Amino acid sequence: MSDKLLLKGNVALAMGAIDAGCRYYFGYPITPQNEIPEYLSAELPAVGGVFVQAESELASINMVLGAAAAGKITMTSSSGPGISLMQEGLSYLAGSELPALIVNIARSGPGLGGIAATQGDYGQATRGGGHGDYRLIVLAPNSVQEMYDLAGEAIRLAFSYRNPAMILADAILGQMKEPVLINPAKTPDPEAPWALNGAKNRAPRLVKSLYLKDGEMTVHNWKMHEKYNLLKKNDTRVEVDCPSNCALAVIAFGSAGRIVKTAVSRARKRGLPVGLVRPITLFPFPEQAVAEAAGKSGRTLVIELNTGQMVDDVRLACSGNSEVYFKGYPGGTIPTPEEIEAEICMIFEKGGQRVCRL
Amino acid sequence: MEYSVIMSGFGGQGVLMMGEFLAHCGMKTGLNVTWMPSYGVEMRGGTANCTVILSEDSIGAPITGSPKAVIAMSEPALNKFGPKLQQDGLLLVNSSLISCELPDSGNGLSRINVPTVDLARASGDEKMANIVMLGAFIASSKLFDPAVAAEEIESFLPPHKSGLALGINKALLKGQDYINNGSCA
Amino acid sequence: MQAVKKIKGFSAPRCLKENIFHFCPGCHHGLVHRLTAEAIDHFNLASSAVGVIGVGCGVFLYDYLAIDCCEAPHGRAPAVASGLKRSNPDSFVFTYQGDGDLAAIGTSEVIHAANRKENITIVFVNNSIYGMTGGQMAPTTLPGQKTTTTPFGRNSAGDGFPINMAELIATLPGTAYSARVSCHDAAHVRKARHAMFRAFQAQIEKRGFALIELLSACPTNWRMTPAQSVERLVDEMIPAYPLGTFKDFEL
Repeated sequence: MSDKLLLKGNVALAMGAIDAGCRYYFGYPITPQNEIPEYLSAELPAVGGVFVQAESELASINMVLGAAAAGKITMTSSSGPGISLMQEGLSYLAGSELPALIVNIARSGPGLGGIAATQGDYGQATRGGGHGDYRLIVLAPNSVQEMYDLAGEAIRLAFSYRNPAMILADAILGQMKEPVLINPAKTPDPEAPWALNGAKNRAPRLVKSLYLKDGEMTVHNWKMHEKYNLLKKNDTRVEVDCPSNCALAVIAFGSAGRIVKTAVSRARKRGLPVGLVRPITLFPFPEQAVAEAAGKSGRTLVIELNTGQMVDDVRLACSGNSEVYFKGYPGGTIPTPEEIEAEICMIFEKGGQRVCRL
Repeated sequence: MEYSVIMSGFGGQGVLMMGEFLAHCGMKTGLNVTWMPSYGVEMRGGTANCTVILSEDSIGAPITGSPKAVIAMSEPALNKFGPKLQQDGLLLVNSSLISCELPDSGNGLSRINVPTVDLARASGDEKMANIVMLGAFIASSKLFDPAVAAEEIESFLPPHKSGLALGINKALLKGQDYINNGSCA
Repeated sequence: MQAVKKIKGFSAPRCLKENIFHFCPGCHHGLVHRLTAEAIDHFNLASSAVGVIGVGCGVFLYDYLAIDCCEAPHGRAPAVASGLKRSNPDSFVFTYQGDGDLAAIGTSEVIHAANRKENITIVFVNNSIYGMTGGQMAPTTLPGQKTTTTPFGRNSAGDGFPINMAELIATLPGTAYSARVSCHDAAHVRKARHAMFRAFQAQIEKRGFALIELLSACPTNWRMTPAQSVERLVDEMIPAYPLGTFKDFEL
């Protein structure tokens, strides 16, 4: 226990990336993620890495594309407006099948919005976000320890599937401090058979996303789709805590998942049979775990820090086999556990605000 | 058992640092802890508060709508967070700055006035008002042995601030003495 | 692809593949490809070069040069090249960009790459028009020039003025080399070849950012014959885009 460090989420994430072998960071300042570039600008040179503050997020993501094309472990971080600018590069990264870590410490929006915690970027993150038929691997930590651990996990998944991976967090997870057990064990750099480092004793290589010949693009799209199916099969992560007599499965991710955890435990103390399902991968979405919990309980309550985005995925997973209730807190309003507890009680007493009318 | 405390005051009063040090000590005694700051747009001035939660079990929400304790370093802080206290909660008030009563304090809480500035001055450094308050909180909350705080100052302070350890220790003791002996001396 | 006919006494650069260029008759892209290939051969870079290809008629450079290549989003080639070079300083990294790519959508990327003194080389083809998309106005289109989006001729009052990138880039302290050359006749091609070698040398000697702007013709979208387009290049483009070396790391 005493070996743990009390770290801010943003700093833990930056440490996790370095400990997973990331040596190349390109980014542009934006609140509330600035501890990430600040930490890395000080620490990367010491481990032989490179930190570049780019002129924009457009440039950042394309520098990431360059380093990824060179076969290196590379990352960037930003928040709402910056992540929007990066969508072009994310689409090219996905289309070119290059791995990279992208961190979104989300802020409320649309537009300049606010800097408080939000989950309003769920749709952008899980649907690809940029143009074309692709997805990002999306991981949603719910603690400072997971900010550290999932940074490394995202890098490993990105290289396994040759696809950009995003950490989706918010100001709560970025700014809070918790004890973290770090694990700087050095793993060998992953293989990068696409790496552009000069055609020495081998055929020239090409990193591209342009497919103009008849049928080429279709083949590429289906190949990527197969990759995402494999990801779904092998690397879907979810935390499920449902009692055997569960009569309501509450579903929430990230910071909202933390608040819900306390609310669920308070409701259980009142004798209510309530369960918790916390998606850790948002793409792939843990459809099966959600469907099982929802089917068993007959009722689900989705809590999000937005006006309702993940609830669509829950409804798809439930396929009408469960009543779906939703309560949203957009724009930086953070509910207390007591407020969520009251929502839970209300469903048991007289039914909450029902959104699913299939 | 989960213990939650909200510390609040003006920016510059050191409430965030107070909370961080508490969380650090909690971690060192083997507790699970969270420290959640609230920040405004301005980097100086304005209001500041943080929520620290300590528990033997894993912690869910890093925030709370019903804290077990509130430390109010300013009047707006008292008015904002005082009414949220749990039944029989603990309220520590910086009486060097606050003279008013808590509106609607009918929930059986125990209020302790701490003249932080006088005590800090007596400890040798007027700027240690926040540390005095932390010492008073540690002594009155009985979360862990006050000796832990003295032991962990050095592991908490960054190297360039290690010179402050002695002064912090004195101020912590001053706050503890005030709770244990009720004296300003 | 068709094979190239062998001509006696004339050999292609080693790193140039034996594919027939897809470019229109009278287009100078093929020539700029060849000059790039000659520089790669001259400095023995075939096994360390990485080409970053902008969006435009030059996008299929990898069909003609036997080196590692990476496509970049429109305008972002200098940023992609920065990432490649910073993470792998032993590679020789150049971009190949047209005027729309470099001087419109990618102005920010090229200026800031120069300003960071990125040790990369930019091959910039200026033909005063968008070729691949079908002849629309470019930032380099001359005043009065008719394009498919300036059907009455470019009117500077609303359409803006031509941008002289080589001069602009030369003002930045991170720039080691910046020059403008033309491809319209043998004498100028020889000068262009020399400038191409200088722009490569700058990176090899780690002098910083290097840019070579090559004036070239686009007969198809200028709606001219190749011969007429060479005349236009000489009579209209060169007066607006003076040839010369605007910065050299040894001068």
